[in-house]
Amino acid sequence: MKTMRMMAVAAAAFCAAGAVQAQEPLKIGMITTLSGPGGYLGQDIRDAFQLAIDMQGGKLGGVPVQVLVEDDGLKPGQGKQISEKFMKTDKVKLLTGIVFSNVALAVVPDVLEDGGIYVSPNAGPSNLAGKECHANYYVVSWQNDSLHESAGSNANNLGYKKAFILAPNYPAGKDALEGFKRAFKGEVIGEVFTKLDQNDFAAEIAQIRAAKPDFIFQFHPGGAGIAFLRQYQQAGLLDTVPMVVPSPSMDAVTLKAIGEAAVGVNVSAQWNNDLDNAANKAFVEAWKKKYNDRPITYYASQGYDTALAIGAALKGTGGKVDDAKAFRTAMLKADFASVRGNFKFGNNQHPVQDWYSMKVVKGDGGAPIIKTMGKISSNTGDFYAKDCKL
Amino acid sequence: MRKILFPILGLALLLAWPFVAEKIGSPALITLFTRMMILGLAASALNIALGFGGLVSLGHAAFYGIGAYAIGISTTHAISGEPFLGLVSGSNLLIVNVLVAVVVSGMAAAIIGALALRTSGIQFIMITLAFAQMVFFLFLALKAYGGDDGLTFRRRNALFDLNMRDDATFFYVTLGFLLVWLGICARVLHSRFGLLLGGIRQNERRMQAIGVNTFRLKWFAFIISGMGAGLAGALMANLGRFVSPDLMHWTTSGELLIMCVLGGSGTILGPVLGAFALIGLEATLNTWTEHWQAILGPLLVLMVLAFRGGLARIGGRKP
Amino acid sequence: MTLVLEQLLNGVQLGVMLFLLAAGLTLVFGIMGVINLAHGSLYMVGAYAAALAAKMTGSFLLAIPAGLAAAALTGMAVEYLVIRHLYARDHLDQVLATFGLILFFNQMIILLFGRQPIFVQIPPFLSGAIDLGLFPYPIYRLCIIAAGLLSAAALYFLIQRTRLGMLVRAGATHREMVQALGVDIRLLYTIVFGLGALLAGFAGLMAGPLLSVQVGMGEQILIMTFVVVVIGGLGSVAGAFWGALLVGLVDTSLRAFLPQIMRGFMAGSEADALASGISAMGVYLLMALVLLIKPKGLFPGHA
Repeated sequence: MKTMRMMAVAAAAFCAAGAVQAQEPLKIGMITTLSGPGGYLGQDIRDAFQLAIDMQGGKLGGVPVQVLVEDDGLKPGQGKQISEKFMKTDKVKLLTGIVFSNVALAVVPDVLEDGGIYVSPNAGPSNLAGKECHANYYVVSWQNDSLHESAGSNANNLGYKKAFILAPNYPAGKDALEGFKRAFKGEVIGEVFTKLDQNDFAAEIAQIRAAKPDFIFQFHPGGAGIAFLRQYQQAGLLDTVPMVVPSPSMDAVTLKAIGEAAVGVNVSAQWNNDLDNAANKAFVEAWKKKYNDRPITYYASQGYDTALAIGAALKGTGGKVDDAKAFRTAMLKADFASVRGNFKFGNNQHPVQDWYSMKVVKGDGGAPIIKTMGKISSNTGDFYAKDCKL
Repeated sequence: MRKILFPILGLALLLAWPFVAEKIGSPALITLFTRMMILGLAASALNIALGFGGLVSLGHAAFYGIGAYAIGISTTHAISGEPFLGLVSGSNLLIVNVLVAVVVSGMAAAIIGALALRTSGIQFIMITLAFAQMVFFLFLALKAYGGDDGLTFRRRNALFDLNMRDDATFFYVTLGFLLVWLGICARVLHSRFGLLLGGIRQNERRMQAIGVNTFRLKWFAFIISGMGAGLAGALMANLGRFVSPDLMHWTTSGELLIMCVLGGSGTILGPVLGAFALIGLEATLNTWTEHWQAILGPLLVLMVLAFRGGLARIGGRKP
Repeated sequence: MTLVLEQLLNGVQLGVMLFLLAAGLTLVFGIMGVINLAHGSLYMVGAYAAALAAKMTGSFLLAIPAGLAAAALTGMAVEYLVIRHLYARDHLDQVLATFGLILFFNQMIILLFGRQPIFVQIPPFLSGAIDLGLFPYPIYRLCIIAAGLLSAAALYFLIQRTRLGMLVRAGATHREMVQALGVDIRLLYTIVFGLGALLAGFAGLMAGPLLSVQVGMGEQILIMTFVVVVIGGLGSVAGAFWGALLVGLVDTSLRAFLPQIMRGFMAGSEADALASGISAMGVYLLMALVLLIKPKGLFPGHA
């Protein structure tokens, strides 16, 4: 009898402990870049991710969640250190947040090997999209090359024939030019690699003027892109030689920093704040309510979508992440209303989505805006999906 | 007494550390400490040139990175089975790879040192920085080995039959390397070579006058120092199973200098202490606030102003 | 041929920007013997202060004094609070402390202005390009060249013809003697440091509309500035001037012409990648070469 009661007490205590544990929020680890010139990308991803949680009352898919955020400082080594701490000390199973491909390439394989799940809100390097694809690795944003392929298709649609292309001399830059050339049907009459930390482009602009192309394609994310565009416009070339860029070279933040000088630039992206769907309207409205006139970027939309995608998966598994297989089944359904409209996962668990052509025009209030002009392509997957055996 | 007491206490703490970390439920602290030891080794290597030879090098990240890349390149070639440059096949053995890393970074230090040592003072600081930047840009543009994305390999190099995947095991392996290195440092610095080096630091002209070939001695010090940095890079590559040009960024050279100064340049254990202090501080502040650099910056300034001669000399004799 | 001329002009423009930064750095080193890694931060302060003033007042002309004053005052405060205690220390301590300052300044800018690069309007009367006969050239860049050359001339006058300049020259060569003659050396140091900061701020505020005003903009140009200072010879303002022009011209021409030359030898895209790699290393190669031939730089200051 005595033993029975003891067991009952123990069982009750155990149940109580279980109940307490169930109420404890699920921890999601976010490794992202907050310091340095690229810091605003991480900040937007983090804030939009949190915004999605706040909009669902501190939950994702009905499951209370808590986001642990740490700054990787754009250092792969530091990112690794953080992921290790998250997984081993904080027992986090689900990670997200990395902005830059070089950090992702260092961190993601380890996370996967240790049995974690990684959902990318931004970087989608080719190395992880093809043969090396993984059942517990999801990309909500895009595969890197798609950005540049969409720009190439955009140039085709715009009827341009002779291209002059520029990107920094590092793998992401070289991939950008490759991706662009893969989709572009015209002729490339000039190709220039700039320095990685360069921000004065006078020499390159003089070469462009001498080459007389139909248009230029350039990929310079962040500050270098701002500098390039300003100098290009000041040289008086933007009116005569139009510019086609992928989204990282012209987001709402860089646009705000450049101002009117950017009017006329052609952009391609998977999302824009004027896309006409209910999910997007709700997102844009909530963002404006919380952050007023802070520009709303692609990165923010990706962070928000990542949170929604995770939420849909959590709803499917009842908040459990220990069973990666069950999580995968739920995740791949992509049962959420993406702010970009059509969205599903391809066989390599990267997005299959629509790409839009956009242009920088003068807005009603005078400040320039990025306006959606039309669709470039529908339900587009990526180049590396065919090599993935998932 | 305290001269022996503190190092022994420190060693005891390190030996017990993996158990402590497991006990307090933060196994990630094991790799954090491994990182600290590796950077401590790198800082201590820099210290041979800096603290003992008086050669302020702002380019040691190059040797550190070259050591790391030696591991990365050798290991990926071992995995793919393709020989390097079509000549030498890669290896997956830690001892072999570490030797390669040390030799290659030593050769790099020999070349850079031979040129850089023609200058002195600030010019020396800047010319070492210039060479390091060249190496940095070289690896950044080297697409065959990943460029900016770096090289990832799945498994740490093998050492006997140890389970290198286990972080505690790798911790002890690193500790072993660190102790061996510090032992070598102590030996070298108390040898005739070390004494002559000290003489050069204090007054080069006098040493020249008594017939010492100061250039050659400084060159040797620089090479040994580069080899140590290469060793540290080799261990770091194994810890993370990853190398990237980020390792050779000039801020890495700067951080190594900071560790030396913080801990006390010109002492044997000081740089290791400095590495523990700096990395520990960074890791702690980062969990407190995302604006951790706003605290770390002034803290560094205050430390320079308050502690002359570094942590290792607090309470001890003045430098 | 016109392309070559245009590229030379571009090189000169980069050169004068570098000079404005290098002049302050070399003065501070020459007179106080201090390496100031945080010099780039003063450049950033100048750019942010000018951008803020331009946004609040809507006037570029008011932004100029705002940027200059902010940079100079920040510089003097830094000198008073930190650098002053480092004169007697070795270069290592200086490197460490000023590295700490960089971290501090970057994070303060993030706290005050956020991480996003901020907007700077190019003044309307300076926007657009002007036809130089052979090719059109941005007016703003021409203005930078003019302003940079004027500053160089003013600095020359200040150093060679005024009492302050005399003290500066004397301080650079015989520090103790100047002190012994009863000059308030502390005040002189603060003034010189402020002057260097002012020039850095000037470069920053001019760079604003051309480049991007963002956190970390100082470090990007800092190393290049050090290269200039070392090539020119530490402590020598004339050396900084010629060094800056040399670096500006070499860097620009490598980027502009090397790809074409390389394409003569090998396939197009390989040539581009290699040429870009070499031109990225170009200025460092130049510095190494100069130091190997003249270990004290082209125009060595004091011994």
